[in-house]
Parts: sequence; structure tokens; C-alpha cells
Amino acid sequence: MLTIKNLHVKLEDEDKQILKGVDLTVEAGRVHAIMGPNGSGKSTLSYVLSGRDGYTVTDGSATLEGEDLLAMEAEERAAAGLFLAFQYPVEIPGVGNMTFLRTALNAQRKTRGEDEISAGDFLKLVREKAKALKIDADMLKRPVNVGFSGGEKKRNEILQMAMLEPKMCILDETDSGLDVDAMKLVADGVNALRDSGRGFLVITHYQRLLDHIAPDVVHIMADGRIVKTGGPELALEVEKNGYADILAEVA
Amino acid sequence: MAVAQTKLDLTETRISALAMPQSKGWAQTARAEALARLRAMGLPARRDEYWRYTDPSSLTQAAAPRAALHVDDEAPIFGEIDRLRIVFVDGVFDPAQSDDLALTHVTIERLSDVMAKDLHWAREHYGVLEAAGQSPVARPLAALNTAFASDGVVIRATGIVEKPISLVYLHNDSASDAMVHHVVRVESGASLTLLENGPAAARFNNVTEISLADDGDFHHIRTQGRDHERRAATHIFARLGARSQYKSFTLTGNGVLTRNEHVITLSGDDASAHVAGAALGDGAQGAFHHDDTVFITHDAERCESRQVFKKVLRNGAVGVFQGKILVKPGAQKTDGYQISQSLLLDEDSVFLAKPELEIYADDVSCSHGSTTGAIDETALFYLRARGVPRDVATDLLVLAFIDEAIAEIADERLSADIRNRLELWLGRRRQG
Repeated sequence: MLTIKNLHVKLEDEDKQILKGVDLTVEAGRVHAIMGPNGSGKSTLSYVLSGRDGYTVTDGSATLEGEDLLAMEAEERAAAGLFLAFQYPVEIPGVGNMTFLRTALNAQRKTRGEDEISAGDFLKLVREKAKALKIDADMLKRPVNVGFSGGEKKRNEILQMAMLEPKMCILDETDSGLDVDAMKLVADGVNALRDSGRGFLVITHYQRLLDHIAPDVVHIMADGRIVKTGGPELALEVEKNGYADILAEVA
Repeated sequence: MAVAQTKLDLTETRISALAMPQSKGWAQTARAEALARLRAMGLPARRDEYWRYTDPSSLTQAAAPRAALHVDDEAPIFGEIDRLRIVFVDGVFDPAQSDDLALTHVTIERLSDVMAKDLHWAREHYGVLEAAGQSPVARPLAALNTAFASDGVVIRATGIVEKPISLVYLHNDSASDAMVHHVVRVESGASLTLLENGPAAARFNNVTEISLADDGDFHHIRTQGRDHERRAATHIFARLGARSQYKSFTLTGNGVLTRNEHVITLSGDDASAHVAGAALGDGAQGAFHHDDTVFITHDAERCESRQVFKKVLRNGAVGVFQGKILVKPGAQKTDGYQISQSLLLDEDSVFLAKPELEIYADDVSCSHGSTTGAIDETALFYLRARGVPRDVATDLLVLAFIDEAIAEIADERLSADIRNRLELWLGRRRQG
């Protein structure tokens, strides 16, 4: 599904290397987690994959089902099936949540050469998906993320994911700012989307999200590289001992 | 202060190119007094304080610069709205294209007919509100208009007028120079919606005097026509009685030069005035210079005023906002709000803003703000990351930016029409 090879990335504006050779493959139907201390490059990886400006790829490649992601515009990556659930979902005053969802869905369909969804079908779909995430009609009507609580913003991200049905989902610290109940709701939303045809990359500081979204593979990232890969037990080890032991071990 | 000789020469040159229409006693007096006012102040020049950001020379020169007629296949605005249409072609009333000027709870008369009468209620208003609005800031183009206006309508609402009165300004002559003057009176408890649309002329000078009696209700929605080379100077002088409500929205897309002045006095307690505008200019389609100059005077207690002006500028387009709130002594519990914002889509465009507050009462709440910014890159990326192409995402953010001004339109059918208009405007640019 997602194949990253020897990815080197630096900041566009300053000569600072953030990613120093990331190798990672996420297979369809599998959930990979990336853990790591602050500043290890986890969020940069998610931004570079989704096409945010401000980064320069100096070496390596990233492909989605064999297509070169790095050659595409952000919107083309989305239409190709890549989805990033933002760590900090953006507030957009003046743009209604429903308008946003419909515009996004139809834009992706158009890019893929499909017909636009009818207004009726769209409403039915969004109501069904919103209900599962306990998103009420008022949240759908309001401007995108404006005045939403931290939990509401994250649920709104998962709603977008459920509506857009991407092939490859990247969740960037989706647990940050969530209480236990909200985390459960978000995790349920993600688990409902787990499917043999879909890959997940879950970026997190803490093991607790992984209690709810059970990963198949866990990677530890430090200083711009994946330094250790293992099963779910690796996350438990981090929870128990912190990163220091692992980093000392690989140093 | 003595008026500079160059200004006087300019003024006399302009006047000599015009013929004052023949009117009856009171109207002739109103015109003569306006001409005297104009001569005393002279036509505007670049050095005048309120013309520092906008060059008035093409508005004051004797002959109107030519303006090519704009043609596109867009359906006319307000087309789906049930309204009474009054059509002006290059500033001249066209009865053949207009509806019958008959509607319940309102009388509509042509200005020239009114001015031919010995007695008419308009005598209390024609040139009167304009004259009152000449201080403390001179508005010479309005005095010029009062003296020489060749056409217009005089409207008096005496009850709730069931459908909007729609002034449609067609532009057929690329050299037309039109001066149109309207008078609107909304009586106590009456309600009226006035629509205006169209480029009107190569050069258009429009004055509207609006008087709201106590408990009168007036809505005004205007779009200024898409002819790229047209020039317009418009003035609205409004006087608001107690508990009256005034709401105005103007949409401007295109136009080499537009100066829209609002001069509003809240003279009865508990009155409310909302003035909003959205201007979209693309310098690549021809030069674009748009100026909103607003002067709101609070002269009674517990009145509310609100100014919301948004401009979206690209490719060297220029936007100007000069907005003032004057709170007179005794105008306690005034609630004044003013916001002017521009969205600059590139580094070539310019926004010039001069917000002013002048307050002589001690128990008031007044706020103002002005911002200039680019498209929010974070929001743009968020939209693109959801699959929305950059140009569509940009337009979505442009519409969102303007929406606070459009939200000032109370009638949802009209605001929907305006939003639709904007989407078409933006869509044409995407394709072009």
C-alpha cells in the first residue's frame, strides 16, 4: 500500500535535515504505529506524505500503490486515496462543515473521473456516519472546526475519513487533547474503518491510543529514522520504560 | 479657507459643460442652492483629505472617459426575485422596459414630474439631506448632482411594501455620462426594499437621499455592474428617525473606478444602521480601484451602527476604506462597530484604510478594526489535503472571507442570489 524508501527531508527555509533515511512499508489491511520522542520527525513524515509546503525531499521515495506520491499535488494525493487526520485540525470560519465535506468528496470523485454524489445521497451518508461518531446536526452546520472542543475536532477528522473512504490513513497524534471517553469514540470510528483493503499509520507519543486501536506493527522513530521495529509488545515496553532504554540500545 | 484657483477653474469647466434642467420654483431653488454650494467648495482634487487615496480627476473632468460595454452570458441578478422593475438606460428612465409604477403602499414618481409641480413633499428632502451631509466633510460631487441631475425616482412608502423596488441601470452608450438623483421617504411603520443593479453609464454620478420616519424600515441591496471601464461616484445620504432600521449592502465586481459614499445620521433614539459592502477586483481584467467612504453620525441615544466592508484584491487592484463614526454630545449608549478587511491574493494589490472615531459622549461602546492579509495557507492546505484543488479551495476561502458582509442581508433569497453571483464571478476567473 504505502512504501517509503530512504526518505530524506529538510526544511525548505533552513538547512535543517529532519528525516534522515526513513524506510517503511504499510501493507493493505494492516495497522502500523510510529512512536517516538518529541522532535523525532513523526509529524514531518505525515506532512511530507500529504504534500504540505515548506519541506524539501533531498533523497528517497514514497509511493502509494506504486504511484509516486511526491510528484503529486496535495489534492491529487487525497484523490489517490491518502488521508491525513491532522494533529491540529484547522478552523475555517465562513465555510460550513457540510459544504466542506461535500466539496471535498465531489472534488475527489471528479479527480478520479467519477460522477458527483447527489445531494440526497450525500445527506443520507453524512447523517449515518455522523451518528456513529455522535456528531450532531449542529456540528455539521457550523463552520469547519470553529468553536469545536478538542474532542469534537478529532471526531470531525474521523468523520471526514469515514466519508472519503481513503485507502491509506495517517493519524497524526489523534489522541492528543482527548479524554478517555473521546479517545474511545475516535478509536471506535477508526476500528470501524479497518478493512482488508485499507492501511493505517498511527503516529502517537503514548501507548494508550494503541490500547484501543491495536497495531500489527510498531516502529520507534528517533532523530529522523526508524530505529526499531517490533510487534505490539514494543509499545508496552515504551509505556513501561520510556524511550531512553531503546535509544541507548540502538545508539 | 479660500478655494484654490485651479479648483475653481476645474469646477467652472465642468459646470459649463452641463445644462441645468428646467424646474419649478422650489426645485429650481434647490438646484441653484446646490450649485452655489458646489462653487463654494469646488470639485474634489487629489490634495483634499478625503481624496488622498482616490484620484478624482476622471470624475471631475468635463467629458466622461469612454467605457466599453461588457457582455457576458450571465443571467441578470435579481432575475428570479418578484420585484417592480424601473429601468434606466444610460441614466435615462425607460418606461417601455419598466413595469407600471403602481404598487400598494408606495408612490413612485419620476423626478422630472415631481420637479414640475408647485408643491411636493420631496421639497423637504431633495438637496436637503445632501446639504446637511456637506459638513464636516465636503462632498462636492453630490452637490454637482443635486444641481444637474437629469433623472431619477421619488419614492414614498406608507406601509409594508410587498415586493422590492428594483432600479436597473443599463449601459448602452460607451460615452454616456449620467447623473441620477433619487429621493426615498419611508413613513412611520412602513417598510421598503430597494434593489439597484447595473453599470448605468460610462460615468455614473448617483445620489440617493433617504429619510426614514420613526419606526421606518429600509433595506438596500445593490450590485454595481461588471463593465470593466465604467466609473461611478455614488452618495447615499440617510437620516434615521427613532427606532428606524436601515440596512444596506453593496457588491462591486469590476469597474476602473468606484467611489461609494454613505453619509448616515442617526437622529432619533434607538435607531439602527447597518452598512456593508463586498468588492472583488482583478487588475488583470482591467484596472480596478474601489473606494468606500462612510460617515456615520450618532445624534441620539441608544442607537446602533455597524459597518462591515470586505475587499478581495488581486493583480494590482486597489481598495480604499475611509470610515468614520462620530458620536455627538448626548448620544449616550451608542453602540458603534466598524470592520474593514482586505484579502490580498498577491503582492501587487493594495488596500488603504483610514478608520476614524470621534466621540463626544461618555457612555458609549465603539469598536473598530482593520486587517489586511493573504489567504490562510494552513486552511488552504487543510482543504487541499481533503482533495479540494488549490483554485477551488482559494475561492471557498474568498467566499468565506466575504460572508460576514453578505450576512448583513436580511432576505435569504437576496443573499443567496448575491452568493451565487460571487461564485459565478470567481468561476469565470478560474476558467480564464
